[in-house]
Amino acid sequence: MDDLINDFLAETRDMLQSLSGAIVAWEAEPGDRERLDEIFRFVHTVKGNCGFFDLPRLQQLSHAAEDVLADVRAGRRTADSRLVSAVLAVIDRIGELVNALETGDSLASEDDEQLIAALSEDEEEDVETAPTATPEPDAPVIDLERRKNVRSIRLSVDLLDRMMSGVSDAVLARNELARRLRDAERDVAVEAAFERVSGCIAEIRDAITRTRMQRIDNLFAALPRMVRDLSSELGKQVRLEVDGGDVELDREMIEMIRDPLSHIVRNAIDHGIESSADRAKAGKEAIGVLRVSARQAGNQILIEVADDGRGIDADKLVAKAIAAGIVTSDRAERMSHVERIQLIFAAGLSTAGQVTAISGRGVGMDVVRANIERIGGVVDLDSRLGHGVKLVIRVPLTLTIIPALTVSAGGQIFAIPRSAIEEILRARGAAVRVDRLGDANVATIRGRRVPLVGLSGLLGVDTAVADDEQKLILLKPAGGDVYALAVDAVHDHEELVVKPAAPLVMAAGLYAGTTLADDGRPILLLDPSGMASRAGVGSGEQEVEHRPAADAMTEQTRESTLLLFRGLDGGLRAVPVPVVERIEDVPADSISFTAGRLRVPVGERILPLAGCAEAPAEGLLRILRLTDGAAEIAYGFAEVVDIRAVAIDLQPALVPGEVSGVALIDGNQVEIVDPYWLFAAFAGEAADGAEQPTCALPADDPWMANILRPLIESLGYRVVPAGEEVLADIVIASAEAGGAAQSTAGEVLRIRARPEPDEGDNSIYRYDRAALISALSRHGKDRKHG
Amino acid sequence: MAELVLIVRMAGRRVAIPASEVEAVVELEGLTPAPRAAAHVAGLSALRSRVLTVIDAMASLELGCSFGEGLIEAVVVNSGGHPYALLVDEVEDVIETDGAPLAVRAPIGAGWDRVAIGMIDAGSDLLLLVDPHLVIAGPAAQAA
Repeated sequence: MDDLINDFLAETRDMLQSLSGAIVAWEAEPGDRERLDEIFRFVHTVKGNCGFFDLPRLQQLSHAAEDVLADVRAGRRTADSRLVSAVLAVIDRIGELVNALETGDSLASEDDEQLIAALSEDEEEDVETAPTATPEPDAPVIDLERRKNVRSIRLSVDLLDRMMSGVSDAVLARNELARRLRDAERDVAVEAAFERVSGCIAEIRDAITRTRMQRIDNLFAALPRMVRDLSSELGKQVRLEVDGGDVELDREMIEMIRDPLSHIVRNAIDHGIESSADRAKAGKEAIGVLRVSARQAGNQILIEVADDGRGIDADKLVAKAIAAGIVTSDRAERMSHVERIQLIFAAGLSTAGQVTAISGRGVGMDVVRANIERIGGVVDLDSRLGHGVKLVIRVPLTLTIIPALTVSAGGQIFAIPRSAIEEILRARGAAVRVDRLGDANVATIRGRRVPLVGLSGLLGVDTAVADDEQKLILLKPAGGDVYALAVDAVHDHEELVVKPAAPLVMAAGLYAGTTLADDGRPILLLDPSGMASRAGVGSGEQEVEHRPAADAMTEQTRESTLLLFRGLDGGLRAVPVPVVERIEDVPADSISFTAGRLRVPVGERILPLAGCAEAPAEGLLRILRLTDGAAEIAYGFAEVVDIRAVAIDLQPALVPGEVSGVALIDGNQVEIVDPYWLFAAFAGEAADGAEQPTCALPADDPWMANILRPLIESLGYRVVPAGEEVLADIVIASAEAGGAAQSTAGEVLRIRARPEPDEGDNSIYRYDRAALISALSRHGKDRKHG
Repeated sequence: MAELVLIVRMAGRRVAIPASEVEAVVELEGLTPAPRAAAHVAGLSALRSRVLTVIDAMASLELGCSFGEGLIEAVVVNSGGHPYALLVDEVEDVIETDGAPLAVRAPIGAGWDRVAIGMIDAGSDLLLLVDPHLVIAGPAAQAA
């Protein structure tokens, strides 16, 4: 409410400012109809607003002025000079009151009556002096002092955008400087100064990003009215529950969500919630409930729209989809429940029996999903027949900065949004086979067949490397099927500030925008679904993921993405990229030997520090923040060498320790850091090696292999790859992968990636550490006792 | 009515561009190709933190294409909310012209005809007045 009042006051002040010209003109020429209308509109607006805010004094004043002006407009009174000055006195008083409200001061109210009285017709000349006599002589000075307390100002969005682009410039310049400094001779003083500048820029960028944030209330404010109008039009009773309006979101993002959200709400009321009679028949409350809520989860905003209506009739939907030729009946039979209800997003499908005036006007859920995906968001759908539909829109916090992978083709660098990337592989790797079928290439990756698209061919540029030197990137475009993209080289992960590209460039259908690299050169951001449709692999029915069990991979040939770095002792080491949360510089003097080991404060937390025997004397220490999904440890190192996707042939170390073994990468011996040992030694208690129960883990799931595995092992399990013949005490399966992971032995523990369970789902959320540990330890104990 | 025009050499000819349409004259450093973009898009270039779409005037006029080496002179024009850099051979001068552009009654070629507003008197010379937005739009725009 305070925000709204502030907005109202600021707006009134703005209007007064722009009105001052009109007031003067009207004073000079009371017959000027245009000016009169302008002033009338002002008092009318003020009157309306303060009725809403319960500001009786302002309302009284503006109401009186409005009445008089209405009379003048209707020709009942003439605007003589006495009337004009009385109106102007009222407007001045409105301005004073607005100032007083902003500063929280009180303003004497006695003479309000006098001002209003001056407006009335039957007053004679004798009161004319009243309005001019009231202001104190030193009013302007007090005014200035009071203004200092004003808590908010209005800024043009253009100005904010300019500030944002100025800061982006500063970030680029800083990056350039950082590179030059790295090349130049080390000078501690210069470096310290640079770090300070660097920190300041980061802070400014943060603050400006926040100025662009807006409460999602702005988006929700229109909903009550919309729901009221729609439900009365449709003769339904709907109760709207809104929650989480204080979540903040990029202003631009809010605008982008506005239309899809209102469409979803319309759909829910039109198609979802039944009439009161139908609800009574179904044994539900007469009033339908529509719940709209927002919350922040990590760097995403979740907006949930749930109704308790009739839900989506999956059978009816599938039948329609078959009739419309969107799926074959053969394929429909093999679809899971989720896949079936997701047909609602297919173009040209609507479950409504007939097209109504509210929704079903040709703008379908396909457009809603496309709009959300355009801003890097995802729409999740859950529906239970007879119980309602829940739609969750997940969008990134800001439009402008996205994590991306830079790759090259034909000597040119491009960026790919990381959200679409499933995996990076070597074309020559043991896990990949490429077959040429007609004019197309098909890659078989661990038994999974996907179309292979060459980026250089797609772009019409010459590739610089031989086919088998290429890297394959498995892409899953939003709403499309997985395909592999062959690129010449994979470079780096970067956070990129993305801007829209010119229409002439977008016409290629391959790009999502442009961005600037650290050195200030433009990079084109590739659009995974655009590339798929240009290459002709995006549409149509594809082979359902096909993974014969016989192709199960052994661990040694698994290709993994490794971060190569130089340790503080100069040795070349590597650590799997997925366990690296981020890289950070910490001041060396903050590191100290406390409670039995080296520790380093990072943000609000203290992390155990591995990778160095003692704290460096001065300067900054660069650390890797490693995470197993729950615990975090810091690992000191000297410099990043590269990020490589390689299948390593590991020569195990003689004794278990920080390094699990050594492997040859590009002809260099590289020690592979063992995250399991690190976490066991630094973040938890060492696992008990004796008589371990076994746990089967799907070999093809990088999250499980990289993140979950250390946790399972820390609970004392021996991990074996899952497969048909594998005997294990407990089998871990992904809830999303469907019923693939039945095993001959043990219990099956299903883990899902989404925090919310489906109905009747006994799976565990992957980061619900407590539930995972409790399930795993229960199984471990059962085995020991029985 | 006096109007300022920028005189440039573009596709081998001296032409005039209304100065009001021109945001800046810059020297571009480096050009990033944009494969599969419209044929007259020479690529992208950065001007401070802005990405300019670089237009090859020669290709837009369907007279072949020009190849820039090293520093390239370009005229920055904002069109449809996006900044463009129009490649020119040389930027000569800004002058004031009097009078409205006159219709050209000579066959100046299809490409020029598409982008020309008319001809103007610029001191001692008669120059084509070119609409930069039409040069940016390129040959496809007219077909559509």
